[in-house]
Amino acid sequence: MSAIVTIAAREIRDGLRNRWVLGAALLMAGLALTLSFLGSAPTGEVGAGPLEVTIVSLSSLTIFLVPLIALLLSHDSIVGEQDRGTLLLLLSYPVARWQVVLGKFLGHIAILGFATALGYGAAAAALAIGGADIDREGITAFAGMIGSSILLGAVFVALGYLVSVIVRERATAAGLAIGIWLAFVLLYDMALLGLLVADQGRTIGAAAFNWLLLFNPADVYRLLNLAGLSKASMFSGMAGLSGQMQFGRGVLFLALAAWVAAPLSLATLVFSRRQM
Amino acid sequence: MSKTTIRVEGLSRRYGKTYVVRNVDLAIAAGECVALVGHNGAGKSTLIKMALGLLQPSEGRVELLGEDPAGHRGVAFRRGIGFLPENVAFAPAMTGREVLAFYARLKRLPAASGDPLLERFGLAAAARRRVGTYSKGMRQRLGLAQALLGAPRVLVLDEPTSGLDPESRRLVYGIVSELRDAGATVLLSSHALTEIGEKADRIAVMKQGRLIACGTMAELRRQADLPVRIRVQLPSGQAADGEGAFYAGRVHWLDEAHFEVTCANDAKVETIRGLSAVPGVSDIEIMPPTLDDLCVQLTREAAE
Repeated sequence: MSAIVTIAAREIRDGLRNRWVLGAALLMAGLALTLSFLGSAPTGEVGAGPLEVTIVSLSSLTIFLVPLIALLLSHDSIVGEQDRGTLLLLLSYPVARWQVVLGKFLGHIAILGFATALGYGAAAAALAIGGADIDREGITAFAGMIGSSILLGAVFVALGYLVSVIVRERATAAGLAIGIWLAFVLLYDMALLGLLVADQGRTIGAAAFNWLLLFNPADVYRLLNLAGLSKASMFSGMAGLSGQMQFGRGVLFLALAAWVAAPLSLATLVFSRRQM
Repeated sequence: MSKTTIRVEGLSRRYGKTYVVRNVDLAIAAGECVALVGHNGAGKSTLIKMALGLLQPSEGRVELLGEDPAGHRGVAFRRGIGFLPENVAFAPAMTGREVLAFYARLKRLPAASGDPLLERFGLAAAARRRVGTYSKGMRQRLGLAQALLGAPRVLVLDEPTSGLDPESRRLVYGIVSELRDAGATVLLSSHALTEIGEKADRIAVMKQGRLIACGTMAELRRQADLPVRIRVQLPSGQAADGEGAFYAGRVHWLDEAHFEVTCANDAKVETIRGLSAVPGVSDIEIMPPTLDDLCVQLTREAAE
């Protein structure tokens, strides 16, 4: 246990030192504040809108931004250390390889969680100070949004490690990370849309469609935050989808958790067989 | 007979059909210092990685402190190991002190246990500076400091003196012999042959992945059977007349006042006796073959 904590602490300190945490938090706070104050313009006014509108805007932002930050943090984590020559020394110490992966994972999640909570929290605080109408349901939904954003980040951190343990070159890792980002954030939905249009509803029903969405963590996140809340789905234009959804929030959270566990275990397995 | 701490048997590593290490047998006891020498690419680092369990052997087996280092029986035995990799590197954003504290914690030692080592390697003044600002020599000394954390029972140093000035080298060898005297096993690799020959108990010569010789300097000298060079000094201008009779054909004049004679190792004493009888000789210097010479000879023999 102590080895995991030691490695996690080193990653956090590294993140603080090389301004990763600061950069990510500032970026997220900047975009979140912009969205909170300008994002409600379509509702008729410029100014602090209801928290739900902000949740919808921030969720759309998260789907693009958080996976990107997560992959940037993680794709270089193993292959980069091997390339720099620090990994060989680390593995000569009394540390099991799964502890290295888990320690790095906890450290990177802490960095990501800190940046997300700080960045989005700033937006929520600004709204509260601006006198927005915030009720308890709104606060719960906002907290859920931050939590699920971190979980989404965890998915892509785990996917980043998988990339990092499979490849031999740092450049390959970077390329694969970009590919993963494109595939899940942009291409999957376009392909799904194309499939639906081509199918004309003959074979793919609502149930099959819902299952297909579970195969993309970004879509699971979207369902959780945009369609899962009654008020949010009104603003997000996903009311139609949320009406047909067969999965509860618990199932969606579990699906995201599985998306973390599977690549992380696979990365550990591959890493434990990697030759130095 | 002291206890064997590192044992490799029939150890090979190949990539495709190319052997990087081939059929190496080596056993090193507690309190013994063995130097692994050979050209770049002779397989030294690969052998070291396999001995530490960082690389799976293609054939053969390794035993380190009684364990299979690449096995799945836990990592606790690694607490007794100190390792300095070739071209050691550290996270550049960490300070020297933080680096040692990090590695100390991994060995379950108090975080401050690296402080005396920083002092010892002359890094105390730079302890709070980022490693990224260190010179190559400083990084190497920091690497040595981490290897010594917790007074390891087995110390494996890959090119420990590369990038170090003569004073630091002496410090390294001083510490190595201190640890060895305290009962630690030291395995070090180097291609700075001349200086390592005197420091190690045994020398293992590698060539193209094979262990072609292993023994004390005296044993290697016997095996290589190289002639000994004897340098004789005469008062200048007195190009000796007497020399010709005794050493005809074997004398090589360096300048007016010096000449060299080579003879077989067995004939050394007899030759010196003869030389000292040459009139006017003012100094006789014996120059045994260096480890460099031995390695060249042994590698040549292995190739034949």
